[in-house]
Amino acid sequence: MSLRIVVCVKYVPDATGDRHFADDLTVDRDDVDGLLSELDEYAVEQALQIADEADDAEITVLTVGPEDAKDALRKALSMGADKAVHVEDDGLHGSDVMGTSLVLAKAVEKAGYDLVISGMASTDGTMGVLPAVLAERLGVPQVTLLSEVSVEGGVVRGRRDGDSASERLEASLPAVVSVTDQSGEARYPSFKGIMAAKKKPVVSWDLEDLGIGADEVGLAGAWTVVDSVAQRPARTAGTIVKDEGEGGRGLAEFLAGQKFI
Amino acid sequence: MAEVLVFVDHVDGAVRKPTLELLTLARRVGEPVALAVGAGAAGTAGVLAEHGAVRVLTVDAPEFAEYLVVPKVDALQAAYEAVSPVAVLVPSSAEGKEVAARLAVRIGSGVITDAVDLEAGEGGLVATQSAFAASFTTRSRVSRGTPVITVKPNSAPVEAAVAAGAVEALEVSFSAQATGTRVTARTPRESTGRPELTEAAIVVSGGRGVNGAENFHLIETLADALGAAVGASRAAVDAGWYPHSSQVGQTGKSVSPQLYIASGISGAIQHRAGMQTSKTIVAINKDAEAPIFDLVDYGVVGDLFQVVPQLTEEVNARKG
Ligand SMILES: Cc1cc2nc3c(=O)[nH]c(=O)nc-3n(C[C@H](O)[C@H](O)[C@H](O)COP(=O)(O)OP(=O)(O)OC[C@H]3O[C@@H](n4cnc5c(N)ncnc54)[C@H](O)[C@@H]3O)c2cc1C
Ligand SMILES: Nc1ncnc2c1ncn2[C@@H]1O[C@H](COP(=O)(O)O)[C@@H](O)[C@H]1O
Repeated sequence: MSLRIVVCVKYVPDATGDRHFADDLTVDRDDVDGLLSELDEYAVEQALQIADEADDAEITVLTVGPEDAKDALRKALSMGADKAVHVEDDGLHGSDVMGTSLVLAKAVEKAGYDLVISGMASTDGTMGVLPAVLAERLGVPQVTLLSEVSVEGGVVRGRRDGDSASERLEASLPAVVSVTDQSGEARYPSFKGIMAAKKKPVVSWDLEDLGIGADEVGLAGAWTVVDSVAQRPARTAGTIVKDEGEGGRGLAEFLAGQKFI
Repeated sequence: MAEVLVFVDHVDGAVRKPTLELLTLARRVGEPVALAVGAGAAGTAGVLAEHGAVRVLTVDAPEFAEYLVVPKVDALQAAYEAVSPVAVLVPSSAEGKEVAARLAVRIGSGVITDAVDLEAGEGGLVATQSAFAASFTTRSRVSRGTPVITVKPNSAPVEAAVAAGAVEALEVSFSAQATGTRVTARTPRESTGRPELTEAAIVVSGGRGVNGAENFHLIETLADALGAAVGASRAAVDAGWYPHSSQVGQTGKSVSPQLYIASGISGAIQHRAGMQTSKTIVAINKDAEAPIFDLVDYGVVGDLFQVVPQLTEEVNARKG
């Protein structure tokens, strides 16, 4: 039987651009160029490798996001995923992790899955908790923050390098996995891949398709509120000296003045 | 008085510093009740009581070590139900965040991660967070349910505050999911003898400019002279010069020490994301145009192979 892999990918504002908040204090996704979150490329890569090892596998990439989020799906398709699902609905604007995870859970169930693979964190929200919440909602094992992952005989195995120990983990499918940027460089889409992606199916679902009420998601349905946002004051210009042979001593002088020595 | 539930991070009973910082924050809103799970849990009570815990709930079972995350969620939920707290605070480690977020879904509450400050506000507990590589600061609240908030290390001082710290055994019945993900092997991280990266008052980091694993001793000896932790950029980690556990930045550790010294690091946005909130920033880089210099309080444009050993020597001489 075919292994059904769903990869959750997010479309995020470019980290090297001028990221900021919109007037309603949500992340501004219109003004700043977006892209497939770099950390989700690792998830796509591991899905492709797992699919290669499996007799028969199908990779669906899934995103919840605005219209432009299709770019992220296209990129994942050009890397080699088979098809894509775009959950798009005006009611989703301003969803927090609880809203987004609800939508992803319903979408993953509707798509059908044996294995869900996510990135370790989104580069804009950077919470890094969505995969755990998704596992909780789906009632399946969470095998997260893996720097190494493999699937064999309906069992997913991986290595999680934690703060105090490195652990080997094992769970039966279906399961939710997330992979870190230590899991292995993501491939670049080939020309052939880019051409092929244009023909791959991208379906769009809205909240109604998923049976989710408008009050469960979006800014109004969020379980957290942002009251205010402030740009951190630019750090005041410091002293910069060129080393003419005494740079280390000058620095020690500075540190002593600040009572660090 | 209202109680605040604090999830304890400890290693075999030795409580880690961020937990004590949480007790300081918890006391701003109510009386801290601590929950310690796993081997050595009961041994945490003494130090928790010295820092304000009125009660210490403890539970140990093989499940905590043998399975990933969910047994801890079950325990935190049991504690939540036993205490009915006004807030739940959890240290912002990778695991802590996962435990907190899963609890939040179960109890129908919003969750805020990586807070750097907390205070009581009119509409409830207000959390300060950093956004977009720490170029913005936000203030947010949980608007539904009991606030579940994870707090980063170095967000509050550790304060002595003697309280009863009465130890109570907590009953936990594990959920069906608790045994879903088995831990089949565990290799503890070797201690370097240096301070924990996320907790250190001083961090000395090296990047691609260090140019080889064999040169990292320059960074280490400076760190040791200052009593500091050692950090590394992703370029240095990817090159295999230093372990990933020492990586500072978006996909490594986020640090906020009193002093951060970057040597041979350019200051890419992803690196800045993990160190930009340090109090004092110092950089040594031979390229005067390196973006790291936009952040520094003091920068030396020069060759780190000259500057770092001279600095180390001078630090040792002054201590001497
Ligand atoms: C999704 C994603 C996540 C990432 N996460 C992280 C992260 O967590 N942490 C992180 O650090 N990076 C991260 N990066 C990588 C980041 O973008 C940079 O590539 C990385 O930080 C560069 O490391 P570096 O500054 O050591 O190297 P470089 O950018 O190559 O800079 C080396 C610097 O050393 C200087 N130098 C060289 N020789 C000397 C000398 N002898 N004396 C003095 N100075 C010298 C050079 O002038 C240069 O400025 C991430 C990237 C992505 C896409
Ligand atoms: N809107 C979204 N659509 C699809 N996947 C998402 C979305 N938001 C988060 N994810 C996935 O969840 C991971 C962790 O996200 P976060 O918890 O927001 O840091 C990401 O790396 C993605 O794989």
